[in-house]
Amino acid sequence: MLGRYLAVAVVLLSPFAARADVDYPAAIQAIKAVGREGAGNEAAAAGWKQLVGGGGIALFPTLKAFDGASPTAANWLRSAIDGIAQAEKKAGRKLPMEALIAFVQESQNASAARRIAFELIANQDKTTANGLLESMVNDPSLELRRDAIAAEIEKLKPISATLTLKPAYEKLFAASRDPDQIEQLAKLVEKAEGKADITKHMGFITKWQLAGPFDSPMNAGFGTPYPPEKAIDLATEFTGKAGAKFTWTPNETKQTYGIVDLNAVVGKHKHAVIYAFAAIDVEKETAVDFRAGSQNALQIFVNGKKIFEREEYHHGTKLDQHLGKGTLTAGKNQILVKICQNDQSEQWAQVFGFQLRICDHLGGPVPMQIVTPTTTNK
Amino acid sequence: MNRFIALAMLVVASLHAHAEDWSQFRGQNGTGISSEAGLPVKWSKTEGLRWSMPLPARGVSSPVVRGGIVYITCSSGALDNRLHVLAYDVKTGKELWHRQLAATGGTNCHPMTCMAAPTPVADDSGVYAMFATGDLAAYDTDGTLRWYRSLVGDYPSITNQVGMAASPVLADGKLIVPMDNAGESFIAALDRKSGKNLWKVGREREIGWVTPLVHVYEGKTEVIMSGRGVVTAYYGETGEKLWSQKGTGPSDIASATFQEGVLYSPGRGGTTALKAENGTFKELWKSPKLNGGMSSPLVYKNIVYAATGAGVVNAADAVTGKPLWDERFKGKASASPLAGDGKVYVFNEKGLTTVLKAADKTEILAENDLGEETLGTPAISGGAIFIRTDKTLFCVGVK
Repeated sequence: MLGRYLAVAVVLLSPFAARADVDYPAAIQAIKAVGREGAGNEAAAAGWKQLVGGGGIALFPTLKAFDGASPTAANWLRSAIDGIAQAEKKAGRKLPMEALIAFVQESQNASAARRIAFELIANQDKTTANGLLESMVNDPSLELRRDAIAAEIEKLKPISATLTLKPAYEKLFAASRDPDQIEQLAKLVEKAEGKADITKHMGFITKWQLAGPFDSPMNAGFGTPYPPEKAIDLATEFTGKAGAKFTWTPNETKQTYGIVDLNAVVGKHKHAVIYAFAAIDVEKETAVDFRAGSQNALQIFVNGKKIFEREEYHHGTKLDQHLGKGTLTAGKNQILVKICQNDQSEQWAQVFGFQLRICDHLGGPVPMQIVTPTTTNK
Repeated sequence: MNRFIALAMLVVASLHAHAEDWSQFRGQNGTGISSEAGLPVKWSKTEGLRWSMPLPARGVSSPVVRGGIVYITCSSGALDNRLHVLAYDVKTGKELWHRQLAATGGTNCHPMTCMAAPTPVADDSGVYAMFATGDLAAYDTDGTLRWYRSLVGDYPSITNQVGMAASPVLADGKLIVPMDNAGESFIAALDRKSGKNLWKVGREREIGWVTPLVHVYEGKTEVIMSGRGVVTAYYGETGEKLWSQKGTGPSDIASATFQEGVLYSPGRGGTTALKAENGTFKELWKSPKLNGGMSSPLVYKNIVYAATGAGVVNAADAVTGKPLWDERFKGKASASPLAGDGKVYVFNEKGLTTVLKAADKTEILAENDLGEETLGTPAISGGAIFIRTDKTLFCVGVK
């Protein structure tokens, strides 16, 4: 720790000495104050010029300013660092490696800023940057973690002993967060005779109770609160399209990524709404991400409160394409997903389904139990 | 001999000195036409290049050229969420500056496209770069960040899971931002100095990829925006809706072009020629053959060209719509064809450019292969063609 303070102190006493005429805190404050629709842009632009004009000494205050910065402000800061680094390079001055290393190694610093600092190091000395990755397979910066895991996979390539590979790959699988890397590591674990449960690792909800199809004339169902939005009672009988009667029906998906094919389960319907209900048990209050994928319009409710909606049909689906932030309370939680189908007739517009996972803000597993009832309630 | 060399140098120098800017998607007025002479005919990866520069990442946007600077955008990262704006010296290809942003909007899209899909627009003061994520930044010529906006931060329901690609343009000193999407859809005019809204008008909630056309009619600047089945004109000063016409087959993918008072509007059923008359549009002709798909039609020397995704260039008389000829080119086109110096350039997705003579009969002048994915429409300036591939920015032209 002392070394880190010394590194920063060296910077402060180096040629990067502060320009007396530059008010860095005010410049940073102006940037961090940017708001909606360009509010504060003029002051932020003046602040940006001050930071970049201040040269290398502005580098660390700018990196530190990522703490608590809005995504909009963070992009102002990111661009300022580009400007500072470019000017220093043009002036033939090297950026202070020791202080940059200390900044990267301090995991309390903002992930985006640490990654930028890492890239500044890599631009000057790739070997040093690669050395830093060795301790970063569980890093809170997903970009650093990804590179660290990739580097570890490379290191393991010449090894053929299953006894060595199995625990090594299992450790990396547990650390992995990016879907492509999770899939790659699951294959490596299995090749090394281990077991990797992608579904559990990613937190997909696999046990549901489904109710539908409710009638959604002219796609009005997206904005219509049907009975499941008012209360969840698995014994309720509903009236849906063409007067059809139905109740909640249990469904368990075995698909690795938790995809529920509603066409297969409920039948092919147009202008229809289906609800999916799951019960989740957690020991303590936990802030989580609800990450969904669907070709259909979709809403997510947590304990009766809507936390996400997206009214878009058949424009493509991808893992984690939708993100809702919410909190699971200690004990049992009600998760309700509303999935809406429109009336497009194209062959590619017939998909009706969804996937949902619950994870932490980095995409990692959270301790939870899926306790959705698995029986039909009539 | 020295006199000849001196004369040649003078010619080259004059070409550079009078370089025509290519400031937006498909150049000035979005026509895809250069008025320059001496444009290149033959080139390869090793011949006929002024320079080439490796790009830091992929992109399907076009390069733009203004005031001796080439601006280009790229996107990178496992989630395609790192956005890049770069500036190069037009003469040497030297990188002048490189700025990055982190995506603040979603990055889901069709695998063919990416977040660097909208083409930036430049003026004498710098460049305005928009990304499919709704991130929008203005930089001065030296890379100074003038302003930045997260449009998804401002309007969180913005969404197009296929991937946005419509490009901003300039009209009457304002930055026009098209944002047709499945959420809060709009077209807006932003102040170039501050990035703040001057006007913002709601549009149908439909995804679209069309770049607006700017047209001056009876002294009034019109911003013409096509959507699915309807074309609408907005008053550039206030955003007031001036007129709209349904059922004329306008496209939500390819962009229209204006020539001699006629709007050539591409649509899913081909291209329609529309002439303004008494505040409305009269259909002159419609040609199902002129169906370029993703690529926008070109109208050059009274001939309409459409390069199709099936690998055919169709040519038709611009006045009557009557088919003149069709010619198969190798591969298929995503980029829009360009023209200048009596030539028509058709770019396939694999980096092969077919150079045709602009005439009522088909004549292939050359086929030039760069061998790299080319989805963005190139730019023409200073006697050179700027072709951006997935890896490289090529400046094609006589040294």
